[in-house]
Amino acid sequence: MNIAVPRMPGPGREGQPGANATGGPTRGQISIRNVTKIYDPEGVNVMAVDNCSMEIAAGEVCMIVGPSGCGKTTLLNAIAGFHSITSGEIYLDGELLCGPGKPKAEQGADRIVVFQHGALFPWMTLAENVAYGPMVQGKLRKREAIEKAFHMLAEAGLGDFGGKYPGEVSSGMARRTEIVRALINNPKVLLLDEPYRAMDALTKSIMHESLLEVYDRTKVTIFFITHDLDEAIFLGDRVHVVTTRPCKLKKTVDVTLSRPRNYQALSSEEFRLLVEEINGAVHEEAIKAFQSGEREMA
Amino acid sequence: MATMATPGSGTTPASDLPTRLRTKPTGFALFWHQTKTSLASPTPYLTAFGIFLWFFTYWLLCEGLQLPRFVKIPGPVTIFSEWFSMNPTQGISIFTAEYYHHIAVSCRRIAIAFFLATAIGVPLGLLMGWSKKFHDYSFPILETLRPIPILAWVPLAILMFKGYETPVIFLATLASLFVTTLNTMLGVQSIDEAYFRAAGCLGAKKWDVFRHVVVPGALPYIFTGLQISIGVAWFSLVAAEMVSGDFGLGYLILSSYVNGVTVPMVIGMLTLGFVGWFTSIIVRMIGNRLMQWHVRALALQGR
Ligand SMILES: Nc1ncnc2c1ncn2[C@@H]1O[C@H](COP(=O)(O)OP(=O)(O)O)[C@@H](O)[C@H]1O
Ligand SMILES: [Mg+2]
Repeated sequence: MNIAVPRMPGPGREGQPGANATGGPTRGQISIRNVTKIYDPEGVNVMAVDNCSMEIAAGEVCMIVGPSGCGKTTLLNAIAGFHSITSGEIYLDGELLCGPGKPKAEQGADRIVVFQHGALFPWMTLAENVAYGPMVQGKLRKREAIEKAFHMLAEAGLGDFGGKYPGEVSSGMARRTEIVRALINNPKVLLLDEPYRAMDALTKSIMHESLLEVYDRTKVTIFFITHDLDEAIFLGDRVHVVTTRPCKLKKTVDVTLSRPRNYQALSSEEFRLLVEEINGAVHEEAIKAFQSGEREMA
Repeated sequence: MATMATPGSGTTPASDLPTRLRTKPTGFALFWHQTKTSLASPTPYLTAFGIFLWFFTYWLLCEGLQLPRFVKIPGPVTIFSEWFSMNPTQGISIFTAEYYHHIAVSCRRIAIAFFLATAIGVPLGLLMGWSKKFHDYSFPILETLRPIPILAWVPLAILMFKGYETPVIFLATLASLFVTTLNTMLGVQSIDEAYFRAAGCLGAKKWDVFRHVVVPGALPYIFTGLQISIGVAWFSLVAAEMVSGDFGLGYLILSSYVNGVTVPMVIGMLTLGFVGWFTSIIVRMIGNRLMQWHVRALALQGR
């Protein structure tokens, strides 16, 4: 079985802006230091993230695995700038995103989120969706942006669908378009919040391969949330298992599988050993989460 | 996909699929396809049968059986022979200028009222849905005024405005304004938070978000609201014309009753039904034109 995965476009035609002379990526390094987030709905404190620290290297695929409702989305939203943090600080490439005196990061096209349920604008065609970023930032005029969008969609195997509305294409195509919509902005970091959660296993495997392909070419830093351990190991450079709420680091495992990877890695002995190594920790947290009856909020 | 069945396209190899997706039937081919699909479905026959049943019952009650409570009401045969008569005995038929004058006056009032209500209601609703502050200022007032029946405004309208025209238009505007504003506001509130966040990520500023997320995101609700609103406008227009007016379908209905000519009264009612239906079709067509994305997504769900 050999699925032909269409190439996903890279950030523009001008080569590898994210790579230095030695070929290693230089942008998109994230430091999360002692971040705590407490929600205060109806005066009852909900601690979602507790003193969580992690370092994500430039060009790393960082996978966060934890049970539902543990605070993963909360952490991602803090990086994206959707809400404030209570204490701690987050840096992107050495610049303070949020921290003391600046509780909420500014939203920006250097960190683009791909949402759990997908957020392509249903009132724009796929091409208009992809063109939206450069257009609204005033980087390209509408016609140029649309042209570039069609070009990048074609590279991702979606050339015939640029004129379609999101409601007319499959969820897999929509999700792939969403990644193209992010990449056209040449972001430092892609933030993915369980993007393949609602998909069937077969579509999911195609999504995985196409994301791997994007990564191999762009080396963009990826912060990927999931509760699927196989997905985490297959895609990641490093897997962080986090505890049930409040979220903090429980275990970190480096994934030694070589890149570029394809689906065959899933049946390798190395993969099996990694699953074995991490499974215990994940299962323990799953039980805790189940017993505490934690529920997630979108 | 329903739209792909162009007549004469025959069998197409799978490799041609993308090209086929791009070509949609247009013009006559589309019309022909839609007519064929429509005639093959039970819808037109059920509609025809429904209309027949309705008129038959009406005829049976008034003219066939001449039941006691219905003797004063003109039956369908009387109505239609008068409606299409060159020399109507009670003054109103499709060949009298007066008939069209009543229709024209009512339509003009509706057009002005509906335009005003939309021009004020949509921006107001968008603001109320978008800005929490503005919502806090204005929502309680809206919610207090909204339940007041439009007939209760009649005396106030007559006191405030001179003549026949302005109070009537004012009443119709007011009634549809509430509907439009409320629906627009709900439309904005119904927009998924993720779209706002996605726009923010992609670099949209406040005004961009308003233009590219708030307005298009609320459109389906806005047009649902407008369809209700034009109905409400007719409803309150007729009520207002009955109380204060010199022409118009509402006036025709009431004055016919007062003068004891019941046939023009029923003709007025039926005309009102048709004209009202027609205006709501126009609103729906404009909505579908503006929201191709919505129409196409619904079509794929088989609706
Ligand atoms: N806006 C909010 N207000 C109050 N509590 C919240 C809010 N968002 C999330 N929570 C709570 O924080 C915890 C973590 O949520 P979330 O980050 O969405 O979890 P995950 O993404 O890991 O499933 C949950 O217990 C959830 O109920
Ligand atoms: Mg989540």
